[in-house]
Amino acid sequence: MAEFPDRDTCLDLLGRMALIRRFEEEAGRQYQRAKAGGFLHLAIGHEATIVGTVAAMRDDDYLIGTYRTHGHALARGTPAEQVMAELFGRENGTSGGRGGSMHIADVERRFMGGYGIVGGNLPLALGFALAIQYRGEDHVTVCMIGDGATNTGNFGEAMNMAALWKLPVVFLVENNLYGMGTAIERHSANTDLSRKAEGYGIEGERIDGMNVLEVRDRVSAHIGIARQQGPTLVEAFTYRYRGHSAADPENYRDKKEVKEWQEKDPVETFADRCREEGSLTDEEIAGVRDEADRTVKAAVEFADSSPEPALETLYDELYVVSETMGWYAVDERSPEPHRGEFGEQAPEHAKQLAERGAAYAEEEPEAAEIRPGVRG
Amino acid sequence: MSDRGESGTVPVIRFREALRDAMAEEMRRDDRVFVMGEDIAVFQGSFKVTEGLLDEFGEQRVRDTPISENTIVGTGVGAAIAGLRPIVEIMTVNFALLALDQIVNHAAAIPYMFNGQMRVPMVIRMPGGGGHQLGPTHSHSFEALFLQVPGLLVACPSTPADGKALLKAAVRDDNPVVFIEHESLYGMRDEVPEGDRIQRFGEAAIRREGSDVTIVGILKMAHVAQEAADRLQTEHGISAEVIDPRTLRPLDLDTILDSVKKTSRAVIVEEGWPHGGVGANLSALIAEQGFDYLDAPIQRVTGADVPMPYSRRMEQAAIPHAENVIEAVLAATEGGLPREGTGGPR
Repeated sequence: MAEFPDRDTCLDLLGRMALIRRFEEEAGRQYQRAKAGGFLHLAIGHEATIVGTVAAMRDDDYLIGTYRTHGHALARGTPAEQVMAELFGRENGTSGGRGGSMHIADVERRFMGGYGIVGGNLPLALGFALAIQYRGEDHVTVCMIGDGATNTGNFGEAMNMAALWKLPVVFLVENNLYGMGTAIERHSANTDLSRKAEGYGIEGERIDGMNVLEVRDRVSAHIGIARQQGPTLVEAFTYRYRGHSAADPENYRDKKEVKEWQEKDPVETFADRCREEGSLTDEEIAGVRDEADRTVKAAVEFADSSPEPALETLYDELYVVSETMGWYAVDERSPEPHRGEFGEQAPEHAKQLAERGAAYAEEEPEAAEIRPGVRG
Repeated sequence: MSDRGESGTVPVIRFREALRDAMAEEMRRDDRVFVMGEDIAVFQGSFKVTEGLLDEFGEQRVRDTPISENTIVGTGVGAAIAGLRPIVEIMTVNFALLALDQIVNHAAAIPYMFNGQMRVPMVIRMPGGGGHQLGPTHSHSFEALFLQVPGLLVACPSTPADGKALLKAAVRDDNPVVFIEHESLYGMRDEVPEGDRIQRFGEAAIRREGSDVTIVGILKMAHVAQEAADRLQTEHGISAEVIDPRTLRPLDLDTILDSVKKTSRAVIVEEGWPHGGVGANLSALIAEQGFDYLDAPIQRVTGADVPMPYSRRMEQAAIPHAENVIEAVLAATEGGLPREGTGGPR
């Protein structure tokens, strides 16, 4: 391993990890208070894998993730306010309140999104990589997936096609040992996921996903291979301290196991090492945490005061209404009505339907008892 | 081209050549456009639609893929997001079911769920339809399946000229387009004007003017509707107007409603299944928005409500023919009782 990084690098890595940790804790709280809805998948424990990977990437490389990607956006530099506002379903969220926790994206920073279908992001990553190769650029795509996704058909299809076409992509498995609520020994015939690369003739490596420096250095090496020759597979061993989603009662695993992994906490161990190596002082480490606190507090305030998306935007962004092609009316209820006696009231009708739906949502009982099960 | 149409100036070519020309012209015009699919390059396409493209454009832009439908479409989605203009071929529409995740959960949803941050300008071409004894896994008509999905556009051309002009429009559109071709039409020869002709989406064609009944048909059924209309005129003295919507989303409901207003009767012909089908949708829209124009119940003629059988006789019995359309029109024009209008055996 390379020598221990300098003060600024340490501050940067620790700062990003601390922000993710703090953000996720707060997101969990806001979910309990029903400020955030739907499913909420927290990445507490994954910080080193996320931050180490992003630190190995250039700003113009593409990153794509799963449904557990608040941290990926934050690590990539998306303001915490926008991520929190998306969890709150607000207009100023990264996806204007249309995506929610599972569908955060920040294309400007080449964070190409979180996706709610397990393994569904794999082919998209190939597409980004194909576009890079097609144009003769030297970017790479890093496609992060969970251990569960390595059992999907998409995994086999995508690994084969990426290897066949030598696409510049690094498949990075965040192996947190559970596919939803099922332990890896119970969901994968081969539990050494790095070896799944062998069948496609590409390199696979298992790394310590709790060590941000190891992740950064090894992913950096794999990105180098991807830029030059083609795809590789990295399996980062990590762990999530919380359930699969916030609705998960976690009766499938032992509290003792969680404790054992918490002793290897990626944020704490890195802070300790920074102190031991003399790169950071106690005050600086405390400063990093205070900064994360302040940022997350401000994010909650911002999200809370951000407006709900306007109902008249219900149909916005569904289609590009192209001037050259000239077509305009897509949905018979949408703002450009067809003729016919009912058609003329179409815009008003669409608005009424939207308003009625919204009114119904407000009457619904809040919080815990209506939360769905583990799946999501 | 020595073969010219009636006018003597417009070339007559086959449907598959018209589609190929559309792709080739778009690829010459815009180097972001590329074609990808199973057996499309070296083999030149299982229906020979991509014939000659590899020779002209090379392997970078005409790409053979593994048999991995979901990943083929998903790779197209990613490439479109990253700035290319993919044309993806799915070998037959039945195989598109393997790619439904990428078509519905990704191509259609991504622009909306990321609030317009990403666009998916791609074309997913897929041939379908029965008539070739390919049995229940290679013969279906899934227009309705894609029509149902907000975020997709759906094109169903019935003539070579429309095929070319609509495909060119689809390539230039910034939305994901499901482009459905009928296998029985690939060999059809017709006049296709040269030059850069674009058919806008959402403009129906009136194939035949008439005053007694409106018949709406798509893909091969647009031709079945015309045959029925001709025979209705000579055999029954009924004047039928035939409309081919050409695109199902966006749908040119105006032209259909205007016609129904004139004729007071509507018959819809499709090869797909009756439940939740194209005709079901169209019938609902006409009833909702044109009820006062109607003098008789709307009639639907559809494929039989079964997986497509292999046996030639059974298959033909499951696909609508002009006879079925004529029967439905007679029922509508006699103000008959509502009846089930399947093309199956009765």
